[in-house]
Amino acid sequence: MAQGRKTPLYEWHKHRGARMVDYYGWLMPVEYGEITEEVRITRRAAGLFDVSHMGQFLVGGRQSTAYLDKLLTADVSSLEKGAVRYSPVCNYHGGTVDDIMVYRVGEEKYLLVANAANKEKDQSWLLEHAEEEVRIEDLSGEYALVALQGPKAQEIMEKAADDENDFTKLKPFAFSPQLKVGGAECLVSRTGYTGEDGFELFCAAGEVLHLWEALFEAGKNGNGAGPVGLGARDVLRLEASLPLYGRELDEDITPLEAGLERFISFGKGTHFIGKEALEAQKEKGLTRKLMGVEMLERGVPRSGYPILMGEEEIGHVSSGTHSPTLGKGLGMAFLNPHIARIGEEVKVVIRGKPRAARTVKLPFYRRGKR
Amino acid sequence: MSWSFMDGLKYTRQHEWARLDGEGSTVTAGITDYAQDKLGKIVFVELPEPGNPIKAGDSMAVIESVKAVADVYAPVSGTIVSVNEALEDMPELLNEDPYNEGWIIKLEMENAGELEGLMSKEEYEKHVQQEEEVE
Repeated sequence: MAQGRKTPLYEWHKHRGARMVDYYGWLMPVEYGEITEEVRITRRAAGLFDVSHMGQFLVGGRQSTAYLDKLLTADVSSLEKGAVRYSPVCNYHGGTVDDIMVYRVGEEKYLLVANAANKEKDQSWLLEHAEEEVRIEDLSGEYALVALQGPKAQEIMEKAADDENDFTKLKPFAFSPQLKVGGAECLVSRTGYTGEDGFELFCAAGEVLHLWEALFEAGKNGNGAGPVGLGARDVLRLEASLPLYGRELDEDITPLEAGLERFISFGKGTHFIGKEALEAQKEKGLTRKLMGVEMLERGVPRSGYPILMGEEEIGHVSSGTHSPTLGKGLGMAFLNPHIARIGEEVKVVIRGKPRAARTVKLPFYRRGKR
Repeated sequence: MSWSFMDGLKYTRQHEWARLDGEGSTVTAGITDYAQDKLGKIVFVELPEPGNPIKAGDSMAVIESVKAVADVYAPVSGTIVSVNEALEDMPELLNEDPYNEGWIIKLEMENAGELEGLMSKEEYEKHVQQEEEVE
C-alpha cells in the first residue's frame, strides 16, 4: 500500500471495507460498496463524507480583510461574520491558482478551505503576498472535516446534536462557530459539494471519531443514510456541475471560462490579482466556455474526449461520467462559444467513434424544493 | 470469497471466462463475477463486429462502469461468430448474470488446444485470492 497520510477516520473506513486510494498524499475511501448506490443514498437520504484531506488555513491580523480582498476574486469585505463564500483565487494572467471557501470567523479572522491537491501551492501563494500585519496558520491535519449531505441531513443532525443550538436556522452559506455533536465541539456550515442541502463540520482531529459515529448512527437508524466515498462525491459534484480543480479550473483556465463570473467582484473597492487580465478577457470575449453535454446515444463522455460539430472539433470534455441520477452520460466541456450554443447537436468522440450528444445548460441537476 | 465461479469454465488472468459450446469448436466468453463486482454497476458495453478475426489477448469489447473503462480481452484466438446485442440496452446483465445472460461473445476457435492453456476454476480462485492480498 502506498505511503500516505491517514485521516483520524482511516481505521473506521478500513473496518467498513472501504477501498482506499492515495489522493494527493492522503489515504482516502473511494467507495464502501458501490458508487451508484452511494450516489443514490446521498440524493434520497444523506451521505456522510470524510473530507479531512482538504487544506485549511486560518488567516488573522489587522489587515486580513484587505489582504484577502487582494487575493480572492470575491468581495471579502462585504462578507458578514458567520457567512461563507466560494471564491476563485487568480494568478496575474487571470488563470486559477485554486478555488476555495472563505469563512469570516471574526472581524479580521478567516478560515480558508482549499483543495488538497493545491495545499502547498496555496500556502506559498498566501505567504508570498502576505503583508506584515497578516498571520497565516496551517490547520490542515489538526482539524478534521466531515460533510453530511442530502435531503435528510438536517433531520439526522437534529438527532445527533447534543445541544439546543438552533443550527437548523442556518441559511445556505452560513455557519455557526459552536455546535456540539457526539461530544465533539464543531464549527458547522450549511455548505457542500453535492448539490444537496447539507452541512460541513470541522472539529479537532482527536474528536472526529465521536462526531462521525454520532452522525453515522443517527443516519443509519431508519434514515437510510450511509458513508460515501470520493468516487460518488465526484459523480455528485459533476451532476450538480460544480467545478473540480484540475479539470474545470487550473493555472491556465480563468473563472470566466469556467462560468464562474458571479464569483468575481469587479466592482469591489480593492484591486485583486488577475483583475486586469479578467477584464481584458471579458472585453475581448471568450474563445472557450464551460458548457454541459448530454449523450443522446449510449456512451460515457470522459475527460479529454474531443467534441465535434459537423466535422469541426470545437472543444473537449473536462469531466464526464454516467449519471446514475439522470440515467445518461453527462460531461462538462470547454467549447468555442461562437460556434456552440445551448441545444445544439454535437458529437462526442468516444474511442474514435463520434456519438450523438447535445449541448445543455448547467447545472445538469438541481435539487427539488423542500 | 464472496464471488461465485463456475465449474467447467476456463479462466484468464484478466478475469474473462470461456466455455466450450457442446462438442464443437465454438466458445462463449464473458467476464467473471469478480470482474463485474470490481467494476461496479456497468452502464455501457461496446461490442465488436461479428465476422472479424481476433487474437487471444486482443481487446474484444469495452465495458464501462461509472468509475472505469475496462477492456475485455479475447481468451482464445478465432473468428467472432456473434455478440450479445442484448447488452447494448441492458448492460446490467453483466452484473446480474455474468456467466449466462451476460455472455459477451461467441468465437469459432482457431486451435481447440488453446482453451486447455487457460486456468481451471481452482487455479483461477487462487489467482483472485492473490490479487486480493496484493490490494
